[in-house]
Amino acid sequence: MRSAVVIFPGSNCDQDVLRALREHTRGVVEPVWHANENLPKDTDLVVLPGGFSYGDYLRPGAMAARSPIMKAVKEHAARGRYVLGICNGFQVLTEAHLLPGALLPNKSLSFICRPCHVRVETTGSPFTSRYSRHKVLQFPIAHHEGLYFLPDKELEELEKNGQIIFRYVDSRGALSEESNPNGSKDNIAGIANAERNVLGLMPHPERASDPALGGIDGIGMWHSIQSWIEEKGRK
Amino acid sequence: MDYSAVGLSREEYDSLVDLLRREPNETELRLFGVMWSEHCSYKSTRPLLKQFLTSGPTVLQGPGENAGVVDLGKGWGLAFKVESHNHPSAVEPYQGAATGVGGIIRDILAMGARPTASMDGLFLGDPKNLKSHALAQGIVKGVGGYGNSVGVPTVGGKTFYHESYNKNPLVNAFCAGIVKLDNLVSSQTAKPGQKVLLLGAKTGRDGIAGAAFASVELNEDTRQSRPQVQIGDPFTEKRLIECCLELLEEKLVASMQDMGAAGVLSSSSEVASKSGVGMVLDLDKVPQRETNMQGWEIALSESQERMLLVVEPSKIHAVIRVAEKWDLDCTEFGIVTEEEEYVLREKGVVTASLPPALIGGNAPVIHWASREPEDLKSRSALPSFTPPEKWNELLLSLLTSPSLGKKNWIWEQYDSMVQTNTVEGPGQSVSVTRVLPSENYVAFSMEADPWKCFISPYQGGAETVAKALRSLAVAGASPLGLTDCLNFPSPEKSTQFWELQQCVAGMAECSKALECPVVSGNVSLYNEYPEGRILPTPLVVAAGMIPSLDTYIPSGKWQENDRIFLVGELEAAFGGSHYIYNRTGSFYGPLLPFDPEKEKDFLRRALETAAQGAANSGRPLAGGGLGVALAKETMACGFGLHVAITAPVRLDSFYFSEGGPRALYAVSPEKVEEFLDIWEKFPLIELGTVRGTHLHGMGAFNISVIDLQKAWEE
Repeated sequence: MRSAVVIFPGSNCDQDVLRALREHTRGVVEPVWHANENLPKDTDLVVLPGGFSYGDYLRPGAMAARSPIMKAVKEHAARGRYVLGICNGFQVLTEAHLLPGALLPNKSLSFICRPCHVRVETTGSPFTSRYSRHKVLQFPIAHHEGLYFLPDKELEELEKNGQIIFRYVDSRGALSEESNPNGSKDNIAGIANAERNVLGLMPHPERASDPALGGIDGIGMWHSIQSWIEEKGRK
Repeated sequence: MDYSAVGLSREEYDSLVDLLRREPNETELRLFGVMWSEHCSYKSTRPLLKQFLTSGPTVLQGPGENAGVVDLGKGWGLAFKVESHNHPSAVEPYQGAATGVGGIIRDILAMGARPTASMDGLFLGDPKNLKSHALAQGIVKGVGGYGNSVGVPTVGGKTFYHESYNKNPLVNAFCAGIVKLDNLVSSQTAKPGQKVLLLGAKTGRDGIAGAAFASVELNEDTRQSRPQVQIGDPFTEKRLIECCLELLEEKLVASMQDMGAAGVLSSSSEVASKSGVGMVLDLDKVPQRETNMQGWEIALSESQERMLLVVEPSKIHAVIRVAEKWDLDCTEFGIVTEEEEYVLREKGVVTASLPPALIGGNAPVIHWASREPEDLKSRSALPSFTPPEKWNELLLSLLTSPSLGKKNWIWEQYDSMVQTNTVEGPGQSVSVTRVLPSENYVAFSMEADPWKCFISPYQGGAETVAKALRSLAVAGASPLGLTDCLNFPSPEKSTQFWELQQCVAGMAECSKALECPVVSGNVSLYNEYPEGRILPTPLVVAAGMIPSLDTYIPSGKWQENDRIFLVGELEAAFGGSHYIYNRTGSFYGPLLPFDPEKEKDFLRRALETAAQGAANSGRPLAGGGLGVALAKETMACGFGLHVAITAPVRLDSFYFSEGGPRALYAVSPEKVEEFLDIWEKFPLIELGTVRGTHLHGMGAFNISVIDLQKAWEE
């Protein structure tokens, strides 16, 4: 498995994701500068990391979505290869129309950094195949614009197609308003495209990938994608 | 132009003429007005700061550079410093606080270090006061807005509320970074023939003479000073960080300096002076954001996110290539010369020509009159009060008071985890971050105790430093060094200067006795309004090293059946305690005298406890005393404790007095013997065994842990 982590000017979590991938997947892991027009040859997984690409100016993710590398990322996704956007990376994916919907300012209108619980809504995705269904994971969030919004009708479609991958829940796995940190529609924390090869989520699995830092629930995500690619072969 | 127009006194002007052996021209006078301001020259405090212990086996760089550096081992160092941004935050809270964070991050970067952890010390006014509430909201948003965006985690801090900060809140920004010692930057390494470059943002009129603005009292017209507050752009700062670290890794720069107070002038003259060289700078070549800027405006502008680089001519192309990658302006605008003359030119015409050492270094020391305040004795007199009848309510009221209560409304607005090295984030007595290259951990504790510093500046100063070191020791961190920020009102009032002197003497004495050198720091005076002054507020951050997480003792980790011990005296003092403030609305009362031998003994034993892994949880007693410490421990673990001692002391003193070396430990039954060996012949009592659902202090409070948690969460 070959992974590439895109670095935009203003990316913050690039090194964190690189480290998590190096520790928990086998194969080559490399950074890619946003101004490149091509991804490294035979890249299986592209990660768009968290941070404040272009300072979040205009709208979070709006400028990064138009970076030179994004053309290659779109082609990569169109071939059925895998793309993961975390936090600001999720915002880039919606701005690039690789995922539906938009991420609006949190209901509290404040930045929120804290551990959250999310529930695995489906194991039928490359990113969650090694979890059990409805498993509750502790992933931290750290964002100002994380309220996932989509018109109700399209939301129904998303639900029907099994594109909702993670939802915010309480520690026992129950959905509630209190467990929804940012006011996201239907407690949505992460969604995939219809083909499920592109995933965006606001919480940070790379911050839950090391026992010394208080959590290992994210490791399953790296293992999921690794074994998915090993089983299905390169697209 | 008159010297008083630039803030100089008659004596200072005369001294300047003596040193120059001529009258300065107008441009030169403006430069000196800023460089000889209190903020830049430390003219009121230089003799005081000399008392600090500044060297020791851990110190690689003491005061004098952008930040101090201590040794982490394996060829790596820790650069750290705390700095105030008080006046700007009083005028424009969001930008004032944001640029405070940005400025301290560049100080760390200027040492060649990657900034890895920030903390903030906030001293805020009465939260019920609308004005101070609005300031607090803006400040917290500013700290978060900048720190989150640049990707440096805010791992902890200190927040203290008191009405003396209503109009003059204090914002102390701390940053630490790790530096490969091969890449350590010095301002002493510029050589003739090298070029001077400006990297980063364009220069505008923002913050012109901000340093001079920070050197006078605030007043009702201060809002007019808004042009003197700089505007931050964290996106540029983030690129500046990555760009500078890339330049250092490629060994492309000879020296580097951040542009803080007095911008181009102070950064370049400091390099010239410390390197023993001269410089010729063409100010019109500096990229400008505004039109028709005068030379002195360019020299003094405090526009943010700029760095001064000194580069070998052969490496300029390579430097510019890296800057282009990060989309940053990088412009050559001067040259280092052999002759020790600092020359500013505009369109080829010389506008200032001065000896470099004179600019930053020679401001005459001011010896302000010093006098013990007449009311000093009365500050140690305990107001009359009756012991509590409703103990449960008292405990809850302390736990939910602004200064002792939960502050997640603040720290949840800060990204405390980015860079994935945060082992212990905000809300604990220490913050702990992992240092991967040196394979160990660094703990930070930030402390301040303005009430005690007001009652007895000397004892309060000593207690502030001791508190920080106690937290480190209990966590298992051996001290590496400390940094301090001295926030005080005007030194021009003799009693206020006396407080400053005494506080520094107490701090210096304590850091010397406990062998923790002061490696960097900052002074902020003139924190007062016509209606009032701030309390004496020295803040310290101590850094310590934890070799492995096996020898780290966290707090809040009681386990069922653990035995709970109080080490230290049964009671401390009521002066400056949250209990007395709660009961009477005054914080006056007696303090404990600083006892260096006892402190040292405590630190040694606490470190030994951690090294032997003899306890599961440890918490030094601080604000709110034993009662609040017990409540915080029980809330964190969810278990109760029944304290059934018949102490030969007043119960309110046992539970709520403050000061001196005392700590609470939770020890597994099988480790008790080992633990008692370590603490043999040190005052100690066993409080009880962890079990049940209630925190019960016999004769005092008896309250369920769930009720404590509920009150805390609200």
